[in-house]
Amino acid sequence: MDTDLILLGHGSGGRLSHQLLEELIIPTLSGIPTAGQNDSAVLEHDGRRLAFTTDSYVVDPIFFPGGNIGDLAVNGTVNDLAMVGAEPIAISVGIILEEGFSRSELRAILETMRKAADLAGVSIVAGDTKVVPRGKADRIFINTSGIGIFRHDLRIGGANARVGDRILINGTIGDHGIAVMAKREGLELEADIRSDCAPLNGIVAELLAEGESIRVLRDPTRGGVATTLKEIAIQSDVTITLDETALPLKGAVRGVCAVLGLDPLYVANEGKVLVFVSPDAAERTLARMRMHPLGKDAAIIGEVTSEGGGRVRMETITGGMRTVEMLAGEQLPRIC
Amino acid sequence: MNREILEEFRNRDIVRGLAELINRLAERHDRPMTFMEVCGTHTMAIYQFGIRSILPPGVRLISGPGCPVCVTPIGYVDKAVAYARLPDTIIATFGDMLRVPGSSSSLMEERARGADVRVVYSPLDAVSLADRNPGKRVIFLGVGFETTAPTIAGTILTAQAKGLTNLLVLASHKTIPVPMRILSSDPDLGIDGYLCPAHVSAIIGGDAYRFLAEEDGIPCVVTGFEPADILQGVAMLIRQIVERRTEVEIQYRRFVTREGNSRAKELISRVFIPCDSVWRGLGAIPDSGLSIREEFSRFDAEKSLPVVVEESREPTGCLCGEVLKGKISPSECPLFGTACTPEDPVGACMVSSEGSCAAAYKYGQ
Amino acid sequence: MCLAVPMQIVSIEGDNMVAEIDGVRREASLMMLNEKVAVGDFVLIHAGFAISRLDEEEALETLDLMRECLTLGQDTR
Repeated sequence: MDTDLILLGHGSGGRLSHQLLEELIIPTLSGIPTAGQNDSAVLEHDGRRLAFTTDSYVVDPIFFPGGNIGDLAVNGTVNDLAMVGAEPIAISVGIILEEGFSRSELRAILETMRKAADLAGVSIVAGDTKVVPRGKADRIFINTSGIGIFRHDLRIGGANARVGDRILINGTIGDHGIAVMAKREGLELEADIRSDCAPLNGIVAELLAEGESIRVLRDPTRGGVATTLKEIAIQSDVTITLDETALPLKGAVRGVCAVLGLDPLYVANEGKVLVFVSPDAAERTLARMRMHPLGKDAAIIGEVTSEGGGRVRMETITGGMRTVEMLAGEQLPRIC
Repeated sequence: MNREILEEFRNRDIVRGLAELINRLAERHDRPMTFMEVCGTHTMAIYQFGIRSILPPGVRLISGPGCPVCVTPIGYVDKAVAYARLPDTIIATFGDMLRVPGSSSSLMEERARGADVRVVYSPLDAVSLADRNPGKRVIFLGVGFETTAPTIAGTILTAQAKGLTNLLVLASHKTIPVPMRILSSDPDLGIDGYLCPAHVSAIIGGDAYRFLAEEDGIPCVVTGFEPADILQGVAMLIRQIVERRTEVEIQYRRFVTREGNSRAKELISRVFIPCDSVWRGLGAIPDSGLSIREEFSRFDAEKSLPVVVEESREPTGCLCGEVLKGKISPSECPLFGTACTPEDPVGACMVSSEGSCAAAYKYGQ
Repeated sequence: MCLAVPMQIVSIEGDNMVAEIDGVRREASLMMLNEKVAVGDFVLIHAGFAISRLDEEEALETLDLMRECLTLGQDTR
């Protein structure tokens, strides 16, 4: 393999992305050993904590069932802040447009962004726009950065999972990735699947009422639930066991996955949060989740079963046991 | 209501009952038994459902060469790469081929360098691509076994009927029965029975394996891909052994008959002609491939648009060949999990998601 | 070696049909199919082609056989 070449898989959120981060990006840019391990950086200054994060959006197609690149960009950054337990307050927006892009499509995207920001209770406070010559970008790329504040002293992060913790998710998996993929040219699938793109700060705020019982929050975006749990298993140095029968899955997502030969465990979500919670608070947390509009299909999908290993296992629907690894490169439709 | 029937083949109680049956049958035989699942989809399902963890120790499953991407010789990938570098050319392919390393590049790398490589779900999508891009030539990568070959035949006939002149196929289709004979006659492997592929058999029919059962004395069971199917297939093989029978049985009767799909077979023989074929790991095998008939040579990329490629180099140290023959398990290859991983594969068995090495890596042993 | 999925036929037009699984629809070709099929039938789809029709009776018989061993297993215990 030509090691100088950046491949699409380096942006897939899976193992290739991790390699690029660990081998090149983080060591070159930062001297902080924990840099990049959580969804947002938590900055401490004069005894006060501040969360800060950034993310870029290059989704294709830019309009998909359930959203567009605009609300995806706002919610993505809102969610990254929420995942460290912060309350998002302000975000910035950087837009790169390709020459020839449509003004009315831009308006539609901006309007969705405004609506998403209002819904999440954040203000868009700074921005930048650039236009590049035709062919130098694909229609529109958006970067958002955001800051959040803390209204509590809880320390939430991927390294805090403990043996016995139950793992909850607020609903069905794979909706976003499949909604986008089904719309791509060449696959011609017709399915009633909408992206789950949504701001998670509201539901997270409800869950934080459980206080120190909440150990880890993370949104399983690119790389899906499998990759996210594997990251947490490594960060906390524990072994996680999933129950395949407990995974909430929409019929249509299952259908598309069957037709294209994909594994929903590796498909992206944009409105889901994985919550690690101490066993005594698990049922209460589940009930809280289900009360929230974004948590109707919430479920307990597994638990932290032992110290060490950095592993994820899954009891399959047949009662067998298998290992769950990170996504390796991008998931491709296959016939064999 | 059929949908519920199909779900039943994953029913946990049925799976447990069948595992119990296998245990009791295996007790009636005093030797360990080795069965080969020929097909990569079986390999995948066996790992995915954790089937090995519920079989008794005396029943060993080994993986065979039924992964089209894995057995496609490196020279084919080199040709595909050469075509991808031509101007005004769209490569249309099943997603499986994208990552397969050639001698010095892969289609994924070529795409990163600017080649137009499109992943399609159906070969008919390549017809639409050719239709929509009259100024370009579309080259479809025709790989796969008897299940896929008729879809390519149908695609060529469709392109012909539409009068398309910008669709070409780089064909490397393989047929499975003859290599099975070579594998089961290898005393090192000691194959006691075959779990025959489900979907290939929907085309060629159960009778296609009769020579294996009747002449070579190898029990064969055409087996479906759901967990209960696989366990029932294993149970049927053990039963043949304890009852000293050797025949072709069909477990996957809901989709497979003895005769197979005559219309699909006609499509294959109308467009393709049997030929000798090189299998990665197994070498050249007579009468194990399909090439495009002279009459359709204008759709044949190799005939109507020959390319010169570098001399193909097999990766050093890679034991895919031994893995494909079932002689070693993936973890016995020194490159497995170290120099060869799904994101940076050396051998094809690590590339295809149904390759034995990729399945072993993803789902653990 | 060949991924194929059982889907239910929703509509037929000549050699083409629309098939559905779990609410997911896709066009597929009937060019390769031997048997006569009708809307409502389940067919096995591989790479956009129907390759075989589900024989429901056989499916039920296979399941019966499987369930038989289930009770057998209990008897011998």
